[in-house]
Amino acid sequence: MLSEAAANEIKEIRKRYATARSCIMPCLYVVQREYGYITEEGMREIAKILGVQPVLVFEVSTFYTMYNKKPVGKYHVQVCTNISCSILDGEHIVDVISRKLGIKVKETTPDKKFTLSTVECLGSCGTAPMMQINDKYYENLNDAKVEDILNGLR
Amino acid sequence: MFEPVLLKNINMPDSYKLTSYMSSGGYQALKKALEMTPDSLIQMVKDSGLRGRGGAGFSTGLKWSFIPKDPTLQKYLCCNADEGEPGTFKDRAIIEYDPHQLIEGMVIASYAIGADTSYIYIRGEFSLGADRLEDAIKEAYQKNYLGKNILGTKFSHDIYVHRGAGAYICGEETALLESIEGRRALPRIKPPFPAHVGLFGKPTVINNVETLACIPHIVNRGAAWFASIGPAKSPGPKLFGISGSVNKPGLYELPMGTPLREIIFTHAGGIRPGKKLKAVIPGGVSAPMLTEKDLDTPMDFDSLAAKGTMLGSGAVVVIDDSMCIVKAALITHEFFHHESCGKCTPCREGLDWIVKVMRRIEHGQGKEGDMELLKKLCVDIFGRTFCPLGDGAVMALRGAFNNFTEEFEYHIKNKRCMVNGNR
Ligand SMILES: Cc1cc2nc3c(=O)[nH]c(=O)nc-3n(C[C@H](O)[C@H](O)[C@H](O)COP(=O)(O)O)c2cc1C
Ligand code: SF4
Ligand code: FES
Repeated sequence: MLSEAAANEIKEIRKRYATARSCIMPCLYVVQREYGYITEEGMREIAKILGVQPVLVFEVSTFYTMYNKKPVGKYHVQVCTNISCSILDGEHIVDVISRKLGIKVKETTPDKKFTLSTVECLGSCGTAPMMQINDKYYENLNDAKVEDILNGLR
Repeated sequence: MFEPVLLKNINMPDSYKLTSYMSSGGYQALKKALEMTPDSLIQMVKDSGLRGRGGAGFSTGLKWSFIPKDPTLQKYLCCNADEGEPGTFKDRAIIEYDPHQLIEGMVIASYAIGADTSYIYIRGEFSLGADRLEDAIKEAYQKNYLGKNILGTKFSHDIYVHRGAGAYICGEETALLESIEGRRALPRIKPPFPAHVGLFGKPTVINNVETLACIPHIVNRGAAWFASIGPAKSPGPKLFGISGSVNKPGLYELPMGTPLREIIFTHAGGIRPGKKLKAVIPGGVSAPMLTEKDLDTPMDFDSLAAKGTMLGSGAVVVIDDSMCIVKAALITHEFFHHESCGKCTPCREGLDWIVKVMRRIEHGQGKEGDMELLKKLCVDIFGRTFCPLGDGAVMALRGAFNNFTEEFEYHIKNKRCMVNGNR
């Protein structure tokens, strides 16, 4: 069950839009925060509170990549491998992290602390190579910096 | 030296707060604009020559003028803050460091078109930016720059932030509307254009962040001032984001029409030590690449179109001689393939096929005839897609082919890379 605070948040969101359906995206974020990822139960609760068919919530959740359909680690490490980061060897950053954490891309450490992903351009190309961990951007990366950042999260 | 306009506040302490914005003359333009008629505002923006900074370069004043004048109709403004074109990081700077500049521009634009509500569609990853916008919006309400009867006039306006969730296609304006309406972001057919049937079926203007950020300055300093900066048909200050193999990558505000050579060598400090310039993508990865011989091209909409490429988002990506063009093209097309929304067959299936062929070429398993196959796929996709994403992908690939045919051929024939020999 969603917490009361979350259910209230959904009601607040409803005030911002002309239609109930428009609230689906922000509500999915509420569910993701509550459960750690997008659960079927959570999606059904959204549908119920908003008064829309559950399928309308399901179809939105699968279109957008930031809704995690599986649990991710406490820290979701997302390294950009698009063009500007790649020119400055973003792939090397992926390797460094992979070695340090002992996991491959798309994997989670056994203690569920870290998930490693590669992502498309994050709009931080002037400070490449870069990565995002949860909500935070880490830019102008090099081996030592990556090492420090990950140690700081342990 | 060019005096920055859009970035003038960026280095102030707490530049994103209202107090900082006010200290440099913030919201004066709003006061002025509310004393003008909406029609004269639209005329002013037309006269300024401002063209959309989201990529297409359409006249902003003209776009606003398409909105029906009927005061009983609900209308919307949507700010496109999806900024997903690889290489691009200009709107994020405005959003994070000067959100009030955008908000002021949005209120003025909304007054001009008669919209009482607007949405900022911001890509989901820009969490800090979205938080800063929401805080700035709150501050603006407190001072009545937003809300009911703004500054004692009859005009009321609300702004809401809508966070995306990771889909490049949401930057396409009709897909963006679908996304705000809570659907999968599949582009809509045009016509009808959003100016007539837009958000929730109502007349809607969609403008880029940088476009809207220009508005307060046009109101404050006049259309003639704006029109006097840069080329007559493509005027104004412009943000150029320079990334890749340069000594000083970053965001530079320069007059529209600044030559590419000056941007790379004077402002961005030239190519990194020991490397040579090989190719430049002038406007985000959808823009076909240029080479050394094109460096004197002025960076404006028309001059780049004349070179068969585009200004796009003004994102300059510099590629040096240690980068293999086959690899660069593969990265680009993996991106387009990943981001294809899947609505139309040529893009969905065509890009899938292109990527498969490119992967095998890159990995030393290319076959004779692969070049011809890729070229044929380009013909089959180009002009047959529902939205410009598919065309953009083809144009980018053709740009790589035309300038670097021999690298593709070498890869296929020798099963390895011409640049990084043993791969
Ligand atoms: C695939 C695709 C992606 C786009 N991405 C963006 C974007 O991230 N930001 C943006 O402002 N415009 C983007 N555009 C352009 C918009 O559709 C639209 O032209 C623009 O927001 C209009 O604003 P403007 O007139 O102020 O430039 C994109 C277009 C396409 C086809
Ligand atoms: S061209 Fe691609 S992105 Fe555009 S509608 Fe077709 S499938 Fe979707
Ligand atoms: S290419 Fe990596 S942030 Fe843009």
